This record gives sequence, structure tokens and C-alpha cells, in this order.
Amino acid sequence: MELADFWFVLIAVLWIGYFFLEGFDFGVGVLLPVIGKSEAERRVMINTIGPVWDGNEVWLLVAGGATFAAFPEWYATLFSGFYLPLLLILVALIIRGVAFEYRGKQDSARWRSRWDLAILVGSLVPSILWGVAFANIVRGVPINADGTYTGGFFNLLNPYALLGGVVTLGLFTTHGATFLALKTKGSVRDKAHDLVGKVGLATAVAAVLFLGWTLLDQGEVGTWITSILAAASLLGALAFDRVKRDGWAFVLTGLTIALAVTTLFMTLYPNVMPSSTDPAFNLTIANASSTPYTLKVMTWVALVMTPIVLVYQAWTFWVFRRRIGTDDLPPEPVAPESVSA
Amino acid sequence: MDALELARWQFAIITIYHFLMVPITLGLAMLVAGLQTAWYRTGKDVYLRATKFWGKLFLINFAMGVVTGIVQEFQFGMNWSEYSRFVGDIFGAPLAMEGLVAFFLESTFLGLWIFGWDRLPKKLHLATIWAAAIGTSISAFFILAANSWMQHPVGYRVDEGFSPLNPTGRAELTNIFDVLLQKTALITFAHTLTAAFVTAGSLMLGVSLWHLVRQRHLDVMRPSMKLGAWTIIIAFVGVAVTGHFQAQVMTEQQPMKMAAAEAVYETGRDVGFSLFSIGTLDGSEETFRLEIPGLASFLATDSFNGEVEGINDIQAGLEEQFGPADYSPNIPISYWSFRFMIGWGALAALVAALSLIGFRGGRNPTSRWIGTLGVVTIFLPLLANSFGWLFTEMARQPWVVYGLQLTANGVSLATSPGEVWTSMIVLTLLYGALAVVEVALMVKYIKLGPPEITSADADRAYDDRDNDQPLTFAY
Repeated sequence: MELADFWFVLIAVLWIGYFFLEGFDFGVGVLLPVIGKSEAERRVMINTIGPVWDGNEVWLLVAGGATFAAFPEWYATLFSGFYLPLLLILVALIIRGVAFEYRGKQDSARWRSRWDLAILVGSLVPSILWGVAFANIVRGVPINADGTYTGGFFNLLNPYALLGGVVTLGLFTTHGATFLALKTKGSVRDKAHDLVGKVGLATAVAAVLFLGWTLLDQGEVGTWITSILAAASLLGALAFDRVKRDGWAFVLTGLTIALAVTTLFMTLYPNVMPSSTDPAFNLTIANASSTPYTLKVMTWVALVMTPIVLVYQAWTFWVFRRRIGTDDLPPEPVAPESVSA
Repeated sequence: MDALELARWQFAIITIYHFLMVPITLGLAMLVAGLQTAWYRTGKDVYLRATKFWGKLFLINFAMGVVTGIVQEFQFGMNWSEYSRFVGDIFGAPLAMEGLVAFFLESTFLGLWIFGWDRLPKKLHLATIWAAAIGTSISAFFILAANSWMQHPVGYRVDEGFSPLNPTGRAELTNIFDVLLQKTALITFAHTLTAAFVTAGSLMLGVSLWHLVRQRHLDVMRPSMKLGAWTIIIAFVGVAVTGHFQAQVMTEQQPMKMAAAEAVYETGRDVGFSLFSIGTLDGSEETFRLEIPGLASFLATDSFNGEVEGINDIQAGLEEQFGPADYSPNIPISYWSFRFMIGWGALAALVAALSLIGFRGGRNPTSRWIGTLGVVTIFLPLLANSFGWLFTEMARQPWVVYGLQLTANGVSLATSPGEVWTSMIVLTLLYGALAVVEVALMVKYIKLGPPEITSADADRAYDDRDNDQPLTFAY
């Protein structure tokens, strides 16, 4: 395997890691007003992802940085071309990140409800727009001979891409629900259990439509297999949720995300960003990648660092493995010094 | 304004804003880790309370640093796609390394630190804040190596006969160690890190003074004041020494920048360092100039009689090398930002020294103006840092990568002025609103003072971790 191919796979892995991890963070955020009917429930929900959301978000930064280092042309075309959607994602991630840290720091219902809104919007917007962005990448967008995107903003809001956005929103929400079912007890857990089935079924329908559309367009044996496995995995997650095997349900919603992303990257290969203007202008693994030397340097760094990162992130999840519920909340609401003591 | 000018404004606004938080994070992470180490070693309540108090301010600031940092990584591609295409083979590597080596470390371990107070054994919990602090410093190293490459590109190749005025192909990496370990990168890292300690020290000093003159929380604020003041003084010596070396490296690598810093048009020996001058803004004519003789020569060459090349000669040399174009930066901005950087930084050091004298041997002045001076001091290094970056980036113009790529050739082709306007307005308004929120929260927690907890509380919480406290509810 050429090093550039290896980096194509590695970037797929980074996006899988990002969507697996921040996917449930987003899901928890989207479900905040749905499940969190009381302040206690909302705090339980936010604290399930409290210790890990920031580390999860780094997967995005690394995916972006790795794309810059390994495929500069891809990074340049994608980020300058998808300008406004990325701006919206940035704004969403900014208000969401700040909201986690700041919402408990004033003892006022109005203050907290504003930050709750920030968490909701900050989770909803990227959940949809990541799907829109990836659907557009896979489908192909207008790119000229210089590798410059020429399509404008509204070209990105085509039906296929919007359906992609619905699918990622559904997948992340379902994944967030299985995560909450796994990490909480009491009322939050009960409501999460209920929602996995409902949201999961709707998502399954959207996902089958979207993957079917993708396959009819440019399907191959491999992507048929991964798509079918993705659908099976999602249905398996719903089944496990019904019998309250929370761990398995969570693993399977995560696997569904991984398989869906895999399908998209397999469809993309050997392109990284096909041009709908002229296939001759396609950005490919070959013409968008860095030099073999840079790829070699980055391969060493990735091979050494990735296992270390995986170990300490896994350890973090182990440290905070316990379920939490509204009964566990400290009696006094929001006096951060006393609760974190 | 065209897309180029807008993109430059946007870069300046969001980068300077981001760099208000960064040095506080860099310095305060280490200081908090130091305080927690003191608690671990001595078991004294006062260190635990200090750790909690400064740790809270650290976290409020860190949250903003993190979220504004995401924009930093994205904007190279969004606004500067042609720059990204041209340098990606080299510039992308330190950015990716920063993520893999540093961001994961700081974010993951900071999460463990915030939520781990009564989940982790004391020693392990202490290790998490050190890991996070080290992560932030490693992150600074990689991003400064990337920036240093823009100041002084090394370890790369371009097409034979390459001309930056009429560029072809791209710059390709030939040696990563040249990029990461060139002296420009190492000295810039040292200068930035020491400046970060001045910044964090000033926050500590300023807040402590504010409390001390009101006779509040003396047990925590006296040691904090001393820690802050000594941090500033020691770090300021580091800033000055590294700044001197940086000026020399700059004279050698970017003579135009040094000449612009001094607004020296004609080459000469024994060039003075003017404290300020009155005349035309760009210094081409002046009516009054207060200067320290020979200091500019000394800064640049180690000798008071050293030769400093003037703007006109350098311009002629660059025209010969690259072809006809204007190679000089905006002289008034270069000249004044250089002075403001040094001036505001030095003032912070002066306040630190005076505080140590004023509060020596148990003295505790209560004049309110000292508290006000303390609050002002918090902002001095922030100004110095901002002007430092303004100088570093503005005085490199018209280059984005010195001698390789003109800034005008780096801007995105796909984006319209309307799009850049949109993002600039949206981000500026958002950043402005968040600044109000952050400052309000900072003020609230500063006024609240250190929490009333004891080491016994902390021990009990840890012992109870499996019973009634299954997880820290930090949010």
C-alpha cells in the first residue's frame, strides 16, 4: 500500500473516531431539552459527557490537521469551498464548548436556560452540517482545473446532501441516547431507553434511503456490504436496547457510525474530492497528497502517538465509568467550589 | 475592501483575540500545577485553596482559549487556501503534530483534573494537571515552529528558478528537524513562553493586590502575590534576554523587519534606539527624537557600534534578488508596535518589583489605588503580547512566508468578499459577546475569593468516592 493510501485510511479512521466520540456528545446535546425536563436531569446529562467532551473534540482538530499535512489540496479546496457551512459549525462548536464550562457558574435559571439553548443549537447544527458536508464530498461538487470550488453556498444544500444531514443527526442522536442509557440511572435512563427505539427507527429509514441512493449512484460490492452491515448494526442496537443491554447497544450505534463513514470513504476512493464539473479535475489521493517524505514523517508520528492517545483516552472513560443519576446530585445546586471539592 | 484585505483583518482580529487567552493558559497551568504540588508536598490548606481559586480562573479562561483555537486551525484553509496549497507539505506537519501530541494531552488530562478531584488518588490527580500544563507548552512549541517557518523558511525545496513574484509549484519538505529545531523556532518558543509567565504572573499579582489592599483572604493572597510578582520578575528577565537574541536572529534573517522596527532608512553604525519620536508617522522626517545611543545597534549586533542596515538599502537588495516590488512593511505600525511591546511588558515588571518592596516583611498597604494599579497590571502583558504579534506579523509583510510567498498570493480564490465579511462580522460579534461573559465571570470569581475548604474535606471526599459520590458534578 502506498503511504498516501495509508493516510487516506488514517483520515477515515480519524473521522470515525471523531464521529464516534463527539457523535454521542452531540446526541446528548440534542436530547437535552427532550430528556432533561428538570434542572437535575439536565445536569446529569451534561455531566455524563463533562469529563470527555473536550478530548473528544480534539479528534476533529487532528482530522483537520492531518488532512492539512497529508492532503493539502484537499484541505485547501474543502475548507475554502465549504466556507459558510464551516463557519456555522465553528460558531456552533464555540458556543457549545463555552456553554459546558459556563452554564453552572451563575446561579440563575435564566442564565442556565440560555446556555442550554447554546448547547442544543451548538449540537444540532454540526450534527446536520457534517452530514451535509460529507454527502457533498462523496457526491462531487463543482471544482475547476485549479482545484478551486466554484459552486457557492446554496449548491451545497441539495436534496442528497440534506438527506445526509438528516442521517447524521439521527445517528448521533441515537448514539447519544444509547450513551445516556449506558451512563445514567433513574429517570434519565428510562427516557433514553424509550428514545433509542423511536429515534433509531426513524434514523434507520433515513439511513437506508441515503445509503441506497449512494449505492445506486456509485455502489460497489464492498460498499453494499458495509451498508448492509451498518443497517444490521443499527437494528441490532435497537434490539439490545429493548432488552436493556446498554453496553452492546452503545457499541452497535457506534459501529453503525463507523460503518457509515467507512462506506462514504470507500465510495470516495481513490478520489478525495471528485469534481462534478469534469472528472479530469477530481482531487485524488495521488494529486492532492503531500510528498512521500512528509507522509513518512507523519506516519512515524501517528504510529507512535495514536496508541498512546487511545490508551489514556480509554483510561479516562474507565475512571468515569460509573452511572450517574439525579439522586447523586449534591444537595445545593450549582456552587461549583463546594461540589468539585 | 477586497477579499485579501478582509482576510488579513479577520486573521488579525481572531488571532490576537485567541492570543489573549493562550498566554494566560500557558503560564497559569504551570502556576496552578505548582500550587497543587505545594499542597501535595505540605498538606497545607492554604495551597489547596489557592489551587482551587486560581484553577477556577484558569478554567474560565481555558474554555475560551480552546474554542477560539478551533477557528485558528480552520482559517488557514478557509481564508488562505492558496497559502495552504503552497506550504501544506511543510506547514501542515507541525499542525497535525500539535493535535496528536499536545491537544489530546491537554484536553484529556484537563478533563481528568476537573472531574477527578475525588475520583483519583492525590498523586495521580496532581499528575493530571502537570500533563495538561505540559501539553499546553508542547502545543505552543509546534505552532511557534510553524510560525517561525513563515518568518524564516528552512528544510524545504522549490522548483528550480522559482520566483515568488511569479510562483509555480509548491514548497516541499526536505528535513523536518530543520523546521522544528531551527534557532528561530527555539528562540521564539523561549520568548513566548517567558512572556506567558509574565502574563499569568500579572493576573496573579493584580488579583492578589486587589484583595490585599482590602485586607481580604490574606492567607491565600499574600503567597499568591509573591508568587505572581517573582514569576513576573524572573520571566521578564527571560523575556528580555530571549528578545535580545530574537532581535539578532531577526537582523540576520529579516533585516527589513529590524530596520522597520527602528524606522532606520539609511544604513549606519552606532544606531540609537528611540524611545519615541515626533514627526511624520513613518519616521521618514522627524522633529524630535528621544533616543538611547547605540542601543539599536546593540540589540541587533551585540555591539553598540554595530552596523544596522537601512530600509532603502534592504529594499534595493531585495529588488535585485526578487524583482521590482515594494518590500517594506507598514513602518509606523512596525515602529510603534515594537515599542509598545517592550514598554507595556516592562511596566508590568516595574509593578511587580514595587509590589515586592511595598509588601516586604509583612507590610500590607491598604490604599485602594494600589488595588486599581494591580487590576491595570493584568492588562499590561496582554497589550504587550498583542503588540508583539502585530509586530512579528505586520513587519514581515508583504510576505506571508518570508522570501517565498507574498501574502497577496496566499488568499483563497473560492471565497467572495461577502463570505469573508460574513465570517468576520459573525466572529467579531460572537467574540465580543463572549469577552463580556468571560470578564464578568472572571470578576465574579475573583471577588468571591478562594473557597473555604480544607485538606480534610478533600481527603474525606476521596474516601467516600465509592459511596455517596459516584462522580464529581463539576458542571
